[in-house]
Amino acid sequence: MKNNSSAPVIEVKHLTCGYGETVVLQDVSFAVHARELIFVIGGSGCGKSTLLRCLIGLLKPFQGDVAYFGKSFIAADATQRREILKTFGVLYQNNALWSSMTLAENVSLPLEEHTSLSPTDLEEIVALKLTEVGLSGSEELYPAELSGGMKKRAALARALALDPAIVFFDEPSEGLDPITSREMDRLILQVRDTLGTTMVIVSHQLSSIFRLADRVIMLDRETKGIIAEGTPAELVAASTDPRVRDFLNQNEAFPKRTNQPSGGVLAHS
Amino acid sequence: MPEAVARDKTATAQLQAGAPGGECQVKIGGDWRLNERVPSWNSVLQNHIAMNVRVVPDDLGKWDTSLLLFLVHGRKWCAAAKRDFHVEALPENLQTLLRQVENVDSPKPASKAAIQSNWVLAATFAKKLANKTRENISFVGECTLGIVSLARHPRGFRWMDCVVEMQRCWASSLPIVSLVSFLVGVILAFQAAIQLQQYGAAVFVADLVGLSVVREMGPMMAAVIMAGGIGAAFAAQLGNMKVDEEIDALETLGISTVDFLALPRLLAVTLMMPFLALYANVLGFLGGMFVSATMLNIPAAAYWIETQNRVGISDVTSGLIKSVFFGLAIGLAGCLRGMKCERSAAGVGKATTSAVVTGILMIVIADALFALIFNVLGI
Repeated sequence: MKNNSSAPVIEVKHLTCGYGETVVLQDVSFAVHARELIFVIGGSGCGKSTLLRCLIGLLKPFQGDVAYFGKSFIAADATQRREILKTFGVLYQNNALWSSMTLAENVSLPLEEHTSLSPTDLEEIVALKLTEVGLSGSEELYPAELSGGMKKRAALARALALDPAIVFFDEPSEGLDPITSREMDRLILQVRDTLGTTMVIVSHQLSSIFRLADRVIMLDRETKGIIAEGTPAELVAASTDPRVRDFLNQNEAFPKRTNQPSGGVLAHS
Repeated sequence: MPEAVARDKTATAQLQAGAPGGECQVKIGGDWRLNERVPSWNSVLQNHIAMNVRVVPDDLGKWDTSLLLFLVHGRKWCAAAKRDFHVEALPENLQTLLRQVENVDSPKPASKAAIQSNWVLAATFAKKLANKTRENISFVGECTLGIVSLARHPRGFRWMDCVVEMQRCWASSLPIVSLVSFLVGVILAFQAAIQLQQYGAAVFVADLVGLSVVREMGPMMAAVIMAGGIGAAFAAQLGNMKVDEEIDALETLGISTVDFLALPRLLAVTLMMPFLALYANVLGFLGGMFVSATMLNIPAAAYWIETQNRVGISDVTSGLIKSVFFGLAIGLAGCLRGMKCERSAAGVGKATTSAVVTGILMIVIADALFALIFNVLGI
């Protein structure tokens, strides 16, 4: 999928960011190309979510720049910023569906705000979007009435409302059972293949990474930056970094378990 | 033997000095439980500080963290006294546990470096205060800009949200505003009657109740109730939205959260406040009239005429003008605290409390300012 000849869809240049006085990521640079499905991975506290918050403009970086389609997001004025915001959708970890609105209203709000479609067109588009994610007929339900998997789908429908070129996912399979998680992965692939959306997924779900990722960017807490980049297969086969191998190794020998407990706290010795 | 296993044995640790090789042995036995009395390392060791220590099990039964803690203390003591600490004779799993906690530090009391000087504390406080002030000012500024753009393009505004909020303000506050205002009228009438009856001037109760309710108590009580009910509700709603990332979702869609969430609420409470104040005035008047008619033998008609003579339209409007600003204060406090809420359940609680406190504080400050202004203007 990688297409190096075209300008990158997202370009992160020497990004340094954090909270207050704490620097979480230092001098991070990478680029994402059109139709690419990339995973940002790493252990807890490595700055995955911080990077995402920087990318979508919820956190101002200390230094560096994020550019979409060659246009700086950080230096953009209000009008440019609004234009850039329209080019991506975000699926939040907690879904962040507006709880006081029905699904239909949730999906139609971005459309109402950014387009001047007629109410009937809006309704049709909302129905389309909800069908795309397999939620047709749930227009009048409120987020609280949905299961975890359905909420994710609804949030995806909202993220896709404006037909963005890029969708960001924050832990899309968090809290889902393996089957629902697999369905979510299938949906993500389907959206990418049908709509050609570029996707940036923050996750540490190994199964999803191996199923979906075109490319993986691994962050590390100590280094405060990228310690590995490549396809999952490449990293598994070729990476010499023990942190990378440790993270991606699904079949590492676990300390051998014996049937008979060898004693322990409160056991007879 | 079987009985020995079934019965709980007291934990023991005995010191045996003079073992070969300049060592002393500590024999540990019995059941070691956290909720029972177990020997402490210091009591076992007494004064034998000159020798290396070897811990050996002696009919050791069940054990838990209490034994581990005992051994950790022993190891630490030996390290400090530069003695060897041997545990090879202990069960394998106990040794593993002991190795796992090799680097554990006992909690230290706050060190000198951690206790910051007063200057540092003052500087941190000043910095926080400056940040807060900047945040508040920028929020008020954003709201002002929002209102200006609303005046320019009223069609883009979410009027429906505003109407819903107005309905909520009105409906939820009405019963309690009725009760409180009526009682305020009753209380004022009673207090005034005690004094005025002495001079045979009971009919002036109407003047006192009328003026104080219309100019101060009506708008004030209505505003305080709104701050407690609606201001808190705004903060809780918006705070919850912040925690659930709903506000983030609006921001990344390029939707102004101030226009979308704050302005409809702000406008609703500002518009509804004078109506509630007027309503409170009427109820306060009725309260005073009730006391006068039932206890002071002043006919309702006389009370009404007396009130009419004394309470002018300027008194009523001055109260209502104030109430508009009270409404603004309540809305600003509620929305600001909600939108700047910390991302936690405790944060929502704090935001709610803070919204009420800030709201009432701002109401009182505004009231004082208006007292001054009206005094200067002679209203």
